[in-house]
Amino acid sequence: MDNDLTLAPLGRSGWTAGAAALLRAVARDPWFITLLILAVPALYWTASGTTPVAVERLWYWWPALMRGLGMNVQISLLAMTLGTMLGLVVGAISLSPLAPLRALTRAYVLAFRNAPILVLVYFTTYVFPFEVPVAGWVLPFPDWIKVVIGLALPASANVAEIFRGAVQSIPAAQWEAAHSLGFARTQIFRMVILPQCLRRMLAPWMNLYASITMSTALASLVGVHDLVDTATVASNTVARTDFTILIYFTLLALFFAYCYPISRLTRYLERRHARH
Amino acid sequence: MPDTDSLVRLSNVHLAFGDTPVLNGIDISVRRGEAVSIIGPSGSGKSTILRCITGLLRPQQGGIRVGDVDVQALRRERDLIALRKRVGFVFQQYNLFPHMSVLENLVAAPIKVGGVPRARALARAHALLARVHMEHKAGAYPGELSGGQQQRVAIARALALEPELMLFDEVTSALDPEMVGEVLTVIRDLVSDGLTCVLVTHEMRFAEEVSDTVYFTEAGRIVESGPPAQLFGAPRNERTGAFLQRAAGGVPARRRSDPFDSLFSFDPLRLAV
Repeated sequence: MDNDLTLAPLGRSGWTAGAAALLRAVARDPWFITLLILAVPALYWTASGTTPVAVERLWYWWPALMRGLGMNVQISLLAMTLGTMLGLVVGAISLSPLAPLRALTRAYVLAFRNAPILVLVYFTTYVFPFEVPVAGWVLPFPDWIKVVIGLALPASANVAEIFRGAVQSIPAAQWEAAHSLGFARTQIFRMVILPQCLRRMLAPWMNLYASITMSTALASLVGVHDLVDTATVASNTVARTDFTILIYFTLLALFFAYCYPISRLTRYLERRHARH
Repeated sequence: MPDTDSLVRLSNVHLAFGDTPVLNGIDISVRRGEAVSIIGPSGSGKSTILRCITGLLRPQQGGIRVGDVDVQALRRERDLIALRKRVGFVFQQYNLFPHMSVLENLVAAPIKVGGVPRARALARAHALLARVHMEHKAGAYPGELSGGQQQRVAIARALALEPELMLFDEVTSALDPEMVGEVLTVIRDLVSDGLTCVLVTHEMRFAEEVSDTVYFTEAGRIVESGPPAQLFGAPRNERTGAFLQRAAGGVPARRRSDPFDSLFSFDPLRLAV
């Protein structure tokens, strides 16, 4: 495979060699191969005019599916943002020297880590009002935001645990060494402990992100028009067995395409962390 | 020994962890410019003594003075910080900050604690690295260094605040034998430069060679103290004699070997790795 480079005539410019290397790298890229596998039959069907009905219908529903996926991405991003902010606060309180505060955060973490996420999603959807009166105005409280909260609660409990675990995993000797150099407690936390924690937190945080993203599929059960909901509507509308099979395979592929890069990135960060 | 020019003075220091007594009345005096070694069996409270001097541990009873500062009376964080700026501490396990490069490890405290301008802190850090023969590793991270190299960086880091007193807590105990020499060489240089040093050590030969005074501790008490020639040559207390005999016979070879032998020793297995 490398032969065409090693046997290249000496006169060949570096630009051509670079382009060849880039082409080979692209040819080995799994995403490119996937696109190719999809494009070949698509071109054949278009050229010969023999596109199967199920594929034609999928093409018709594709924009709706993408809008649905956009909703899943939106919910996962917001839930993780909210969950992380809340989780860091809870995690910080769980390290407090005051025992009652620690007990409170302990209860919070236990409650939301041990509740099925589906139950929490139902909980926030049906316990919270569908609109909130604020100073004479009536603000709508849409279902997808309730799902964001329903997912942010278990996310925050997990982030709190990840944070607490990371802080406590820093050896006490680091505190002692920093104290001996005259650092103040707040400086030690900010300059010595926290930076080391962030590295340790990154991989588990990304794992949580992937897991919360997959849980966004539950939004379809409370009437949010997400990817799963769109697929169900399409399947019922088209009412063809081959289309139903095709669209649920497409669903799997789309969730995979979103979550797999996250877990790949996690593994890469874990390897990099192991080196330092 | 005149009290007036003593830099460190511990009198009748008692400390217990819970119900376990660790120090049972320690009296130590270190004069300015003096090198003092504390030897004794493991668990005799040697490291605890050092931690008390720099306020990392607070004894239940007794007096500790560093210069004209009463360490026992320090309650506010900023007073403890003022003390620790004057006292350098080197740990058995180096305890460098793993997320900072060697250079960052050296300039963090001068900049953030000492208020030294960054450019001056950097210049001083490079000079210190040269002093411990580590200037070629300024950009490296602690995880990329050998134990001996990390310990030399740790010594430079402790020196970065220009302390008037250095405390060394079994700084060679965690090292592979062939790295002990390079670290002891650095300490030997500091002592001969006249820096006041207190060493807790298991390196008997080294203690004998560099110290002005040696203290032998056992079970949280000073059993015997004196100039090294007397303490090692003709110990007055039979427990000191027994300990020195054990130390000479029963411990691993590296404790007894001359540091310079190991400095030039060659281990083909290490090259293979």
